[in-house]
Amino acid sequence: MARLADMVFILVVVLDLVLLASSRLKVAIRTVAGQGALLALLPVLLVTDEHDWGHVAALAAGALLVKGFAIPRMMLWAMREAAVSRELEPIVGFVPSMLLGAVGVLLSFVFAGALPLPGPEKHALLVPTALSTVWTGLLLVVSRRKAVAQVLGFLVLENGVFVFGVLISDFMPVMVEAGVLLDLFAAVFVMGIVIFHINREFSSLDTEKLSALKD
Amino acid sequence: MALLLLAPLAAAVLAFALPGKRARPRALLAGAALHAAGVVAAWLRPPAPALYGWLALDAPGLVVLSSTSALFLVCAVYAQGYLARRADRENRVFVGGLLVLLTAMTAVALAQHLGFLWVAIEVTTLVTAPLIYFNHNALSLEAAWKYLLVCSLGIALALLGTFFLALASAGPGGPHSLLIRDLVDGGGLLSRPWVRAAFVFLLVGYGTKMGLAPLHSWKPDAYGEAPGVLGAILSGGVTSVAFLALVRVLRVCSAAGEGAFARQSLVGIGLFSMALAAVFMVGQRDFKRMLAYSSVEHMGILALGVGIGGSAAAGAFFHLVNNSLGKGVLFLAAGNIHRAFDSKLAGRVRGAARLLPVSGSLFLAGFLAVSGSPPFASFFSELAVLDGALRGGHHLVSALFLILLSAVFVGMGSTVLKVVQGDPGESARPQAGFGDSPITAGPPLALMAAVLALGLWVPRALSELFAAAGAATG
Amino acid sequence: MLLAAVQLIAFLALPPLLVGVVQRVKALFAGRAGPPLLQPYWDLARLLRKGTVYSRTTTEVFRAGPAVGLAAVVAAGLLMSFGGSPAAVSFGGDFVLFAGLLGLARFATALAALDTGSSFEGMGAAREVSFASLAEPALLLCLVVTARATGALSLSQMLGESLGGAWRSDGPALLLTAAALFVVALAENARIPVDDPSTHLELTMIHEVMVLDHSGPDLAFILYGAALKLFLFGALVVRLALGFHFPGPWTAFAAFLAAMLGFAAAVGAVESTMARLRMSRVPQLLVGASVLSGFALVLLLR
Repeated sequence: MARLADMVFILVVVLDLVLLASSRLKVAIRTVAGQGALLALLPVLLVTDEHDWGHVAALAAGALLVKGFAIPRMMLWAMREAAVSRELEPIVGFVPSMLLGAVGVLLSFVFAGALPLPGPEKHALLVPTALSTVWTGLLLVVSRRKAVAQVLGFLVLENGVFVFGVLISDFMPVMVEAGVLLDLFAAVFVMGIVIFHINREFSSLDTEKLSALKD
Repeated sequence: MALLLLAPLAAAVLAFALPGKRARPRALLAGAALHAAGVVAAWLRPPAPALYGWLALDAPGLVVLSSTSALFLVCAVYAQGYLARRADRENRVFVGGLLVLLTAMTAVALAQHLGFLWVAIEVTTLVTAPLIYFNHNALSLEAAWKYLLVCSLGIALALLGTFFLALASAGPGGPHSLLIRDLVDGGGLLSRPWVRAAFVFLLVGYGTKMGLAPLHSWKPDAYGEAPGVLGAILSGGVTSVAFLALVRVLRVCSAAGEGAFARQSLVGIGLFSMALAAVFMVGQRDFKRMLAYSSVEHMGILALGVGIGGSAAAGAFFHLVNNSLGKGVLFLAAGNIHRAFDSKLAGRVRGAARLLPVSGSLFLAGFLAVSGSPPFASFFSELAVLDGALRGGHHLVSALFLILLSAVFVGMGSTVLKVVQGDPGESARPQAGFGDSPITAGPPLALMAAVLALGLWVPRALSELFAAAGAATG
Repeated sequence: MLLAAVQLIAFLALPPLLVGVVQRVKALFAGRAGPPLLQPYWDLARLLRKGTVYSRTTTEVFRAGPAVGLAAVVAAGLLMSFGGSPAAVSFGGDFVLFAGLLGLARFATALAALDTGSSFEGMGAAREVSFASLAEPALLLCLVVTARATGALSLSQMLGESLGGAWRSDGPALLLTAAALFVVALAENARIPVDDPSTHLELTMIHEVMVLDHSGPDLAFILYGAALKLFLFGALVVRLALGFHFPGPWTAFAAFLAAMLGFAAAVGAVESTMARLRMSRVPQLLVGASVLSGFALVLLLR
């Protein structure tokens, strides 16, 4: 089980790096959906005897539903509404993005070494994975031009926070994780509505057009 | 306590349900009035903790709750006139959203569980975005998008910080809880590297919501494009509750032994916010964006006060109240001026004092109050912060504080004077029907009177409350 | 001893069969019957019987190119361990020489292309070399990861017994490295998605245009060398992907041969299902492979 969990963590980081390089929005949305579905497996893989199976199953099912189906459906709907399909060259460029992501992964491992975990070694890869995913999400939000891509970055960041949340669901009530899922859903819903308005107002989802306000 | 939370929520449901545009502002007023009544009741008879200790009213919470409630009530009165004048716009989302915002802000003030606190702040973010878009034009849409994205990012990082704190308390023998009381009691057993990392993320996250530099990029756009009444509530209420969240975090960090690191970070970021505000306020033509930078500056002062600790912390809480009331005056008056001249650029608006005697002079008086001139209350609160800094031996900090305050005064003053003085004939043609009326000029006048009154005399109960709040920062 | 001899013979004799398998798989995907599996052998035999034509603008460099290329690849093959058995020649750090010999082969071919004095071949050489400059770091990084995982510095030991132990402790990292090496293999052997070996359009050729001017036995050497190179990369990928213990050296070798066929089928499948990347995207692919193997290294170092 622990080896499987390690494979899931590594796959999550690989998907992060793939996201930094992807230029087609549909592929990116499906990759984020895949990453979310993978993360839904984590509570099941990391379960121990102290856990309540009902809670764990509910959490995994909820995460799969929200991250794997509901949110990608909303994103694909937003994409269809706006008829965007490809991301223009982002502000940072694909190759520099990948390299920055790789540096972020390296730094995550370094920082995770400085933060001692209370539990045994079974969670050794969890903190670096969470931090790398958060870093990837930040990078995506900051460097992409299309609004849908920025929302994808936010989704990736929340994925990273979810990974970390799995660690503390050992002893925190599941309400915390449920809160995270609910928040994610609500945030993406509101963003979707704003994107709809942006498309109507500007006939484009290129956030370069949203630069009239500046000092 | 239930009244405080449920009354505005019930009013929100009512507002969403009402079909007619005219009746909805009354729901807003009803909700605000009930909330204020609840706060008065809480002053007279302090309520007991509820929900297994998740909700409790302590000194910092009471300060924030009272100032927010008073500001909201005055703004609700103002909104009656504002929404009547903007009868062309659909106001269901606006009124309902404002009431939900009040509920969320109350929840933050009452929250004693860090997870619940986070949820409440997230609700304020999500519900404010559609409100910024009230004017339904391209610029306000851009402002709403930037606000939503930047604040959601910040809140997500704050969630990560909250999780870090939960992990810090999960060690052997640790409190295993996110209740503030448990974390403070078990402070010595918290894992220090995790607490330090948690503080960094929480400072970034809640600092984004407060509008501290360099996380303030959403503020000029959001405050610039939002209606005046919303700007007042955002800059007086939402930033205050975000500050409260930061104060709670600081308390936990101090209990864990990371207090020195946390305080130094707060002092640094406070000074940086003041400096950045001073730089960007010079030559600022849009007077609503100028008010946003003023808000950044005052959040910097709050962070500075709490970072220094001692009597400066009490001064910071006093300053929180003064900032709420003062910003209320400024935003409401600015809203009046904007509507009357149909422009918010200092080059096109002149002679506001002649055309709108009450609003114009209130704008000027509000500027004087907010930049710390006696006899207004902000002078005394900033003096308290300075006093705390000097007493603590932070001479460089005090010197920088004074220099930056004067820089802000000069920068802000040039814009305000350009707007207020002069002959209205040179400016854009004023709109008919948007002159001063009791309902639009009365509320800011009331707030100004309060600021003046607090400057002349602070009731003993209030000053004791401020001292208790300052001590509660750890 | 016998095993070593058999392996050497297999290395020299089997690569054209590998190319035949790739072509067959591509044909099957396209719904055709495809050429016979031994077709590359007949092609090589036919080319060896033909005469060579040399252009007047070429010099000895052009004539030496194919021979030097083939010699370098064969020498690299002597360093390679097939199926986990020790290689014919091995010493500490020989994986660097391995990469260097493959680079020498490419250098010889590119030099021969430039020697023709035609801008068309020069363009092909420039493209090929610029992609190689990104593929080399990826290749070396993958080899470094393997060296670190097994604690050995010679290819024979890196791909030998100790790989089984490394797989038990660092399996995911080695899997990532194998994936990155697969991408590098596609790039170095001029396969889709980096280059299309069957294109005739001038604008899209990269490797093909470099060898356009060779004829007769020279062309046979080049084709044979390319097949050997594919075999070598396949040996690396296959050994990394299937690094576990086998009961005896002969079973290991048999499994190795079977896996090589699988590798060829995989290459054919990838070529048939993917479209060729825009040339500006190829650097991203190669940097991605480097980043993957870099990540594997980070996993090993923590």
